[in-house]
Amino acid sequence: MALKTTEVEAKGGPSRHRSLGLSDEQALRIYEVMRLARAVDERMWLINRQGRAPFVISCQGQEGAQVGTAAALRPGYDWVAPYYRDAGVVLWFGMTARDQMLSFFARREDPNSGGRQMPGHFGSRRLHIVTGGSPVATQLLHAAGVALASKQRHEDAVTNVYFGEGSASQGDTHEAMNFAGIHKLAVVFICENNGYAISVPQSRQMAIANLADRAAGYGFPGVVVDGNDVLACYEVARQAVERARRGEGPTLIEAKTYRFTAHSSDDDDKRYRQAEEVAIWRQKDPIQRYARYLRDAGTLTDEREAEITERVTVQVDEATEYAEQAPDPTPDDLTTFVYKQELPS
Amino acid sequence: MPDRTLVQAVRDALYEEMERDDRVCVLGQDVGLKGGVFKATEGLQQRFGAQRVLDMPLAESSIAAVAQGLALEGFLPVAEMQFADYSYPAFNQIVNEIAKMRYRSNGDFSCPLVIRAPTGGGVRGALYHSQSPEAFYCHVPGLKVVLPSTPADAKGLLKAAIRDPDPVIFLEPKKLYRAERQDVADGEAAVRPLGSATVVRVGVDLTAVTYGYMRAVTAQAAARLSQDGIEVEIIDLRTLRPWDVETCVRSIEKTGRAAVVYEANRTGGFGAEITAELAERCFASLDAPVSRIASPDVPAMPFSASLEHAFMLNPDKVADGLRRVARY
Ligand SMILES: Cc1ncc(C[n+]2csc(CCOP(=O)(O)OP(=O)(O)O)c2C)c(N)n1
Ligand SMILES: [Mg+2]
Repeated sequence: MALKTTEVEAKGGPSRHRSLGLSDEQALRIYEVMRLARAVDERMWLINRQGRAPFVISCQGQEGAQVGTAAALRPGYDWVAPYYRDAGVVLWFGMTARDQMLSFFARREDPNSGGRQMPGHFGSRRLHIVTGGSPVATQLLHAAGVALASKQRHEDAVTNVYFGEGSASQGDTHEAMNFAGIHKLAVVFICENNGYAISVPQSRQMAIANLADRAAGYGFPGVVVDGNDVLACYEVARQAVERARRGEGPTLIEAKTYRFTAHSSDDDDKRYRQAEEVAIWRQKDPIQRYARYLRDAGTLTDEREAEITERVTVQVDEATEYAEQAPDPTPDDLTTFVYKQELPS
Repeated sequence: MPDRTLVQAVRDALYEEMERDDRVCVLGQDVGLKGGVFKATEGLQQRFGAQRVLDMPLAESSIAAVAQGLALEGFLPVAEMQFADYSYPAFNQIVNEIAKMRYRSNGDFSCPLVIRAPTGGGVRGALYHSQSPEAFYCHVPGLKVVLPSTPADAKGLLKAAIRDPDPVIFLEPKKLYRAERQDVADGEAAVRPLGSATVVRVGVDLTAVTYGYMRAVTAQAAARLSQDGIEVEIIDLRTLRPWDVETCVRSIEKTGRAAVVYEANRTGGFGAEITAELAERCFASLDAPVSRIASPDVPAMPFSASLEHAFMLNPDKVADGLRRVARY
């Protein structure tokens, strides 16, 4: 089988979502989760800049790639192994704004880590979100292992694993794709290619224009998609997920996108990105683009928009208020969960 | 002499060595335009070009091993690991390859490179930007390990590390990067030899052996003990492999008591090695067991301020530990 990288062209028209099998309500739900991811993120920056929390790492600009691909899965049955930008993925999978804020403020109740990890380090067994640490690309192999388990149990669960294009340089990335290819595992590798790894541009990370080209070398298809077109992301992810569910193996999806903020609150992106470049990409904001589409399709009315804005704002306000007041871990929490049973000292 | 922070001193050492010897080159993530996430390579790419100051792909194993290849071919590379916690993807290359080059080739090859990495916690860096992995590397014959605590030591020891014929792991306490300024010499006058400790506080009652950020914490603890009439002698090791046993032994022969203060978790930490060696060497002079003052045995330093505080040693905890040794 000759495998070639496919570039998916978004097909226009006012009923794209319906032809993809999405109801108006589903299409709006996708929109609302994107809006929520953005709104939580914006609030975090505000709070960080006021000195009330030490660290933010953002999803802004990448919500289309995140929610579009996650929407192709069955939450609670399928699995995701996200990376630190994937607020959109985990919100789709059942995390809440409150969960995110609890982790942002590192509170005891933070469902990801009890305040142990930095914000953006998602994880919940209940929600089928594989816990992740900070070293990049390790999660690709975890996803392969989770998918191997599904296969050995004869379950048709699919695992979406997410990573940046910089992280694709790690040996773990190669090892995961190679292994998943050999065993035709039900993994969808989703690279959110935002063009930079902190300051290092894609051209210093790989000699090729499309990471998706690598898939051929592992024996599965690679697809390039406009990561700022949420419906295009949904479409390619759905095809990849169906293929995986049928037992035909992995797909590598490369979603071309951009991060709107600096790498994190510790970074100054003016050193390595031109303001014009950022401005051009802001014109392609996946949320605004999708809103325009939904309005043209007659799906998003002023009334619905107002309702969504209201719900999002209430959730973010409530989450912030709750989390900021919530108690910190206690010093005793330092030594729990090292082992199942504490070692004799 | 210019007034420098520790991170500026690191940068100066790189700059001067690159000026002095065109075999010296820098490679790592974000070391170019951005000048490193802590600014340790600021301006180097502008001065020396993108070839000698090379932005590497996000792959630590590549960084270490490409540096090794350069070193085999006559370059003197200084590789940067963005955080010491992220040196582990390069562990195989460092431990199995870099450290063993000279030995396995029966002296035919060598690997004169430096791997720099910010180390330690107390900066809200959480589990993966706070670790103190020096014990892993100190365990490996063939490697040298340096961990300075002042701008002048950072500069002088980094210059010596770059000139050293063997591979050096150079750990920089990130909490000290901008903590203090110091007059730091230029050029040859700045160089400080590897393997020599320094007595940073003179005392007669008890010897505290330490390194890195814990030097400052131990000094604050010692000031408190001084108010109770207990005078602590503090030794900053500066180089951990080889470490300066003799300076420690001489001090203990005077004080009869010793503690080792280190930031890593207690079990198997490098302080355990120091403790064992000093117990063997100083048995006859000791009035109390050599004791370890270290962090708890949990996997890493958590993010939450309260948990980070619970993890980190501070002057109170160190003073308590030192008092126990003094009163034993
Ligand atoms: C093994 C490892 N090395 C270095 C880092 C530090 N680091 C954190 S994010 C990052 C850049 C990641 O770039 P990319 O994979 O493109 O993801 P993006 O942040 O652009 O979404 C780096 C170098 C890390 N987390 N893990
Ligand atoms: Mg990137």
